[in-house]
Amino acid sequence: MPTGTFSLDSVSILLVWTAIAIYALAFIAYAIDLARRSALAIGVKDAEVREFVAAGAGYAGTTTAAVAASAAVDDLRAPEPSADAALAARPSKRPRLVWARIGTSLTVLGFLFHVGADVTRGIAAGRVPWSNMYEFSLTGTMLIVAVYLLVLFRYDLRFLGSFITGLVVLLLGGATLTFYVEVAPLMDPLKSVWLVIHVFVASLATALFALAFGLSVLQLMQARREARAAAAGLDRAGAVTRAPKAGARILRTLPSSDALESLAYRFAIIGFIFWTFTLIAGSIWANDAWGRYWGFDTKEVWTFVIWVLYAGYIHARATRGWRGSRSAWLSIIGFAAVMFNFTIVNMFFKGLHAYSGLN
Amino acid sequence: MSRSRSEAPGAGAGDPLRPSDHADSAAEIAQPALGPIGWLRWGWRQLTSMRTALVLLLLLAIAAVPGSIVPQRSADPNGVTQYFVDNPDLAPVLDRLQLFDVYTSAWFSAIYILLFISLIGCVIPRTKHHWKALRARPPRTPARLSRLDHHRESLVELAPGADPDAAAAASVSLAADHLRRAGYRIERYGSGSALSVSAERGYARETGNLVFHTALIGVLVSVGVGGGFTYTGQTVIVEGRTFVNTMLDYTSFNPGRFVDPDGLTPFSLTLDSFDVTYQEPGTPGAGQAGDFAANLTTQFAGEDPQPGQVRVNHPLEIAGDRVYLMGNGYAPHISIRNAEGDVVFDDAVPFLPQDTNMTSQGVIKVPDGMPEQLGLIGFFYPTAQKLESGALTSIYPALAYPVLTLWVFSGDLGIDDGTPRSVYTLDPTSMTQLAGGDSGVDSIQLMPGQWAELPNGLGTITFEDVSSDAPAVEAGSAIAHDADFGGSVKRFVSLSIHRDAAGPWVLTFAVLALLGLLAALFVPRRRMWVKATPDGHTLRIEYAGLARGEDPTLRAAVDQVAQRHGDAVEAALRG
Ligand code: HEM
Repeated sequence: MPTGTFSLDSVSILLVWTAIAIYALAFIAYAIDLARRSALAIGVKDAEVREFVAAGAGYAGTTTAAVAASAAVDDLRAPEPSADAALAARPSKRPRLVWARIGTSLTVLGFLFHVGADVTRGIAAGRVPWSNMYEFSLTGTMLIVAVYLLVLFRYDLRFLGSFITGLVVLLLGGATLTFYVEVAPLMDPLKSVWLVIHVFVASLATALFALAFGLSVLQLMQARREARAAAAGLDRAGAVTRAPKAGARILRTLPSSDALESLAYRFAIIGFIFWTFTLIAGSIWANDAWGRYWGFDTKEVWTFVIWVLYAGYIHARATRGWRGSRSAWLSIIGFAAVMFNFTIVNMFFKGLHAYSGLN
Repeated sequence: MSRSRSEAPGAGAGDPLRPSDHADSAAEIAQPALGPIGWLRWGWRQLTSMRTALVLLLLLAIAAVPGSIVPQRSADPNGVTQYFVDNPDLAPVLDRLQLFDVYTSAWFSAIYILLFISLIGCVIPRTKHHWKALRARPPRTPARLSRLDHHRESLVELAPGADPDAAAAASVSLAADHLRRAGYRIERYGSGSALSVSAERGYARETGNLVFHTALIGVLVSVGVGGGFTYTGQTVIVEGRTFVNTMLDYTSFNPGRFVDPDGLTPFSLTLDSFDVTYQEPGTPGAGQAGDFAANLTTQFAGEDPQPGQVRVNHPLEIAGDRVYLMGNGYAPHISIRNAEGDVVFDDAVPFLPQDTNMTSQGVIKVPDGMPEQLGLIGFFYPTAQKLESGALTSIYPALAYPVLTLWVFSGDLGIDDGTPRSVYTLDPTSMTQLAGGDSGVDSIQLMPGQWAELPNGLGTITFEDVSSDAPAVEAGSAIAHDADFGGSVKRFVSLSIHRDAAGPWVLTFAVLALLGLLAALFVPRRRMWVKATPDGHTLRIEYAGLARGEDPTLRAAVDQVAQRHGDAVEAALRG
């Protein structure tokens, strides 16, 4: 192997670790942002709770309690419309959250290094940098960040920043530690345009599913908070004095569960389209490489399972009694399957897709 | 966030008929009349409900999983055999549960068949309904547009002396033009002095949904029916040999139900050469094989021969069949003479590779010409190296230092009683081992171009060097330092020949499904109303929109209609 190529790959590794370090910093900045949002929420909250306690103590009459209770619900829901509106606000009109800005700036910086790492790896290999586990991880996480940053132009999803950067640090760091392999020539079945298309689109779908997953988790938390708030309201004013937990406090500054659900759905359906394409493209490729378009190979099975799970999610959203939290669980399970497919299935399940590059 | 509300005014005519428990439908499921027909109807409605579809989808996902954990007969038959060896107690239980044939099992089939019945029961009424909706006019404008989620209102001051009714008519005409140009289907209504236009767009959403679901049925039917006309066959060709496309020349052949095995297209394939490259030792991926290419000559009866090539990812198309390269290996050319010096065996024998360094194993059977039948098990090492144990192994897949070792058996090959025997295995139960293993006699060891004595004075065996005409030398002779063994052993390829009747149909339906999905998920279906009510010297113009299904951009759309129409009215009434 010429030393020039070797050193380019080591440059790539250096860039990867730099990117990981910057993402870790971004994660911290985003986490601080969330903590500060929750502190802001507490400030408002404390004042309100005090008022309610006073009101509840002063007048024990049922009507007053009921009024206080419904006021409490109103109060708990009060920030929602503004949070919903802020979600779709243009970048220039968004609230000035200093730490979130730092987080985003760091994410962009980390992304630049990440792209550098990906491109140098590709040049070192003389082909697209996504043909073994290490490279799938490298490019896949890059696409997750890319999609996140792109979406930021449209929606203020910075509250997902710590989730995204955290996920990327874990996946990329883990992959570099455990999956790294030197540049090696491609195995014959991988020498196909479908490698470029199929794997790339699958990674894009994964990125979108990741966003949907993050939003669905928040949706569930938010729905719980809303339900608790409503219950607290019905439970007479007394319950309102219970101090909300820290998690719930952060949630006060986030969009309503409805808004989160609707957004999660939008990412999931785009992801689903890409996944459908992945499935079709994979079959065409399998037909060229292995002589059959479908053979229930382990990886094919999991790609199909994921597809069906997300079809289930879309159906659940359209089924009375399933919209809301139940369907959110399907989005979560779907993404868990995506991660499982990428890690466990690639490493431990026997099948024709033996391209992890690991032994 | 916008959610469509079917209880909102304007619902009804032109609604996509969805299963009764669709999230957007308000109708309660009616109690069944408890007659047998009633129960049937009720059962059918349950089967075609959203909830059933959902449950079946989730079941399908769960049911597919075991097939990725337990080896499947279809994808990995050797894995199944191994599983039985490794788990003698568990395997039969799993087998009874059809866990080695998950995708053809009764329970898996039951799930998808129910799902598709449900799907058909869902799609047919919706298609009828949609067909009607496609030709229906947009519904009457609701009396109170302000009750809708997305509602805008503006007051336009009329010029002194202007006719309010004429202004209303003009403004509604503008709205109608504008909406029509934006792809809406429109209908004008008027009640009292209020004039309005009712518009609807996005029928493609429901069309897409129906195309998608119907295409899924198409995929399933294609697979089912197409499979009957599909065949796959395997064959092995050694360099220089020819395969003829008849049943005789296949090592295995799996025809679909409607395939006539005697009606195969008559063509022949000759393997001229096989190319492969191996990564140099000492580089990453050392020994990795690549750039496989089987160079063939193809010929149809009575036509000129044509060159052809089969590579991985590039099957050869011939007469509607596709020829795939499935494997390759070495085929050592071996000749055997009996004690009288007569040639009793002379052939290139395909040896099956056992590892990535092409350590290969093969079997030679000599039924005639010897005092007893002779059987040999051979091990071929393209680049042999002695392990500490004394055993040989191959350390590189190319022919750097090729060595063939042979165990010799004599006795009854077991091929005379008509029992089918694989050419790749030797059953030594009724044979005596004469050389190798525990026989006490060393196994025969040859390099290309060498010969050796068979044990018991049975004759001689030669490992022919196919790259050289020089006479063979006795085994154990000195080997030249720079001896080049490249090309000394022939290669073989295993080819798979397919006729796939389903593939093109499956692909067509899959692409249709994808297109349908795009429309079903991204075309917004919505109604829009513009209503003008003269009110003294002003004109009250209302705009309202109603989503039919998921429609995140409705608000912006209503705003845009209001904005554009407002500007146009302004311009028209001024100018
Ligand atoms: C083979 C199984 C099925 C698959 C893979 C599947 C998949 C999908 C997908 C991906 C969508 C979203 C696209 C769209 O909105 O048009 C969808 C929607 C829909 N499906 Fe299915 N489906 C299946 C079976 C069924 C069955 C059996 C029914 C009838 C009960 C059904 C009824 C619907 C309905 C009503 C929608 C529209 C949902 C909405 O309004 O958002 N599907 N399906």
